[in-house]
Amino acid sequence: MELVCPAGNFPSLKAAVTHGADAVYLGFKDETNARNFSGLNFNDIKLDKSLAYARDRNVKVYIAINTYPQPSAWHKWQYAIDKAVDLGVNAVIVADIGVMAYAAEKYPDLNLHLSVQGSATNHAALQFYQQQFNIKRAVIPRVLSLPQIGRLTQTSPVDLEVFAFGSLCIMAEGRCHLSSYITGESPNMCGVCSPAKSVSWKNNGDVLESRLNNVLIDRYHEDEHAGYPTLCKGRFEVNGNTFHALEEPTSLNTLSVLPQLHEIGVKALKIEGRQRSPAYIALVVRVWREALDSYRREPELFSERAAWQLALHKVSEGSQTTLGAYSRPWQ
Amino acid sequence: MKISLGPILYFWERNTIYDFYEQIARTPVDVVYLGETVCAKRRQLSLGDWLDLAYTLSSRGKQVILSTLTLIEAESELSQLRKICQNGDFLVEANDMSAVQLLSEQAIPFVAGPFINIYNAQTLRLLVKQGLQRWVMPVELSRQTLDQILLEANKLGIADQFETEVFSYGRLPLAFSARCFTARAYNIPKDSCEFICSRHPDGMPLQSQEGDDVFTINGIQTQSGSRYNLLPQLTAMRSLGVDIVRLSPESSGMEDIIQQFHKARQSGVEILEVSSDSCNGYWFQRAGMENCYNN
Repeated sequence: MELVCPAGNFPSLKAAVTHGADAVYLGFKDETNARNFSGLNFNDIKLDKSLAYARDRNVKVYIAINTYPQPSAWHKWQYAIDKAVDLGVNAVIVADIGVMAYAAEKYPDLNLHLSVQGSATNHAALQFYQQQFNIKRAVIPRVLSLPQIGRLTQTSPVDLEVFAFGSLCIMAEGRCHLSSYITGESPNMCGVCSPAKSVSWKNNGDVLESRLNNVLIDRYHEDEHAGYPTLCKGRFEVNGNTFHALEEPTSLNTLSVLPQLHEIGVKALKIEGRQRSPAYIALVVRVWREALDSYRREPELFSERAAWQLALHKVSEGSQTTLGAYSRPWQ
Repeated sequence: MKISLGPILYFWERNTIYDFYEQIARTPVDVVYLGETVCAKRRQLSLGDWLDLAYTLSSRGKQVILSTLTLIEAESELSQLRKICQNGDFLVEANDMSAVQLLSEQAIPFVAGPFINIYNAQTLRLLVKQGLQRWVMPVELSRQTLDQILLEANKLGIADQFETEVFSYGRLPLAFSARCFTARAYNIPKDSCEFICSRHPDGMPLQSQEGDDVFTINGIQTQSGSRYNLLPQLTAMRSLGVDIVRLSPESSGMEDIIQQFHKARQSGVEILEVSSDSCNGYWFQRAGMENCYNN
């Protein structure tokens, strides 16, 4: 299985390459990608340097152009595709049908990967993208269970990549407007979710309050760990109870099911986190590289090492991890 | 301008559904979308039942469209989808790309529902080639973006090949998940939910700890906390080229809402007053929850 790792900037890319990524994915410095955060992503000079660095070490480079262009800025997405082709990247990760049509028509040899934002969760949807645009791979939304992914690898016309580790979207990606409802900006339109510019923190007595566009997302007492106010991980009131009504602050961690992911036919594992620090990337990529190598050497003897899990737990959101939809504890 | 009634998004009992559509048959609604779009477990009506209802409504002058499930994960859901696509008599609203695939490979025309991500005219052009006859604009898009998309569609020479429908009244469908948030609120597993969502015929309010309406929980779907209401925008929509306004079913008061929209389209008089707890931000390119009529 290919290990696909995030790179939000050149130091992170170096960290991913050095610690064992098979491929890195990154985005241009604008709203054409789904991690359009200030201080992240690559300008032209950094791109040349980064590509050379990865190529010299036989690591593939994928460019994420995975948001949905609106007419006023359509040219930016066209330009992004043109630029990716000029750079000679190994694949572009795309979500929008219009963008795919442009890329497939103008550059029939360009490798297209369907982004998780494309929201394909079954083989008929995958067939559409394969037949129309000749996509080579699809990243699957974090809504399917392991058995469902296993059935999908049997019927899918393309290779499947799944999320292995990192922050957890609980909604079907590409079909979530929660962020734009509260803040005006969403992953599909702007490449952001719960954007930092809409966040405010305030001490109210001994309680710390987090808000998004002035909507109260959570209240923390002194003994509680305060997390970033991502909408779906807030504490809200439903039916008279105050709780994490949608999901707790937690990260996805599939290390314990690594052998199963391989056995059911998954071709690539994606590490989430282009917004993370180079130190985080180094740690997570190193653990996953070791685990994959250990599995490859002796698949029958594979067992997850305590040190791996300890390291991953330390960097996980709220120090909690879950198998999410893969195991469906809520089912 | 036509008025449509979107699919029922909530779990209603069988008889409630029949009573509801009996009322709807007597209203001036032009288009009715039928079927379950949220949860595959909700099968209070079989496909045969929905089709019978479709023939009845059709005989009473309504254009009937069969709506399909939005999040399709299992083979059983795909085979149900295939049956809907092959019904032979009624147009189908595709709410997932799997439906677009099944319909287009058989050269059957279709409506693209609000969760088919159409954000630009290039996407429309490709889907028109595949058989798209009508699209329901994604709810987060604005008047300005719609205007630009339709202008671009004109330049691409496809503007006369499809109709445009805009979600104009009701709680906005905002997100879908594998998880059931209603079951979560009751602390029961999804597999033994016993259709607890039937207790909430208009969804469960999710409020901030300060009592603000934030979202509405409806099984695996999350909706807006406030009702979207574009009643005062009918004239603007007509001049943009919107063909159909969609109203989303609620358990009570629908006839009154339909009458309000019907009167507004007949008289052409601008309506400026709507309930202050409704929202319209998306239309004005703002946060969806905002109410811009008072600005």
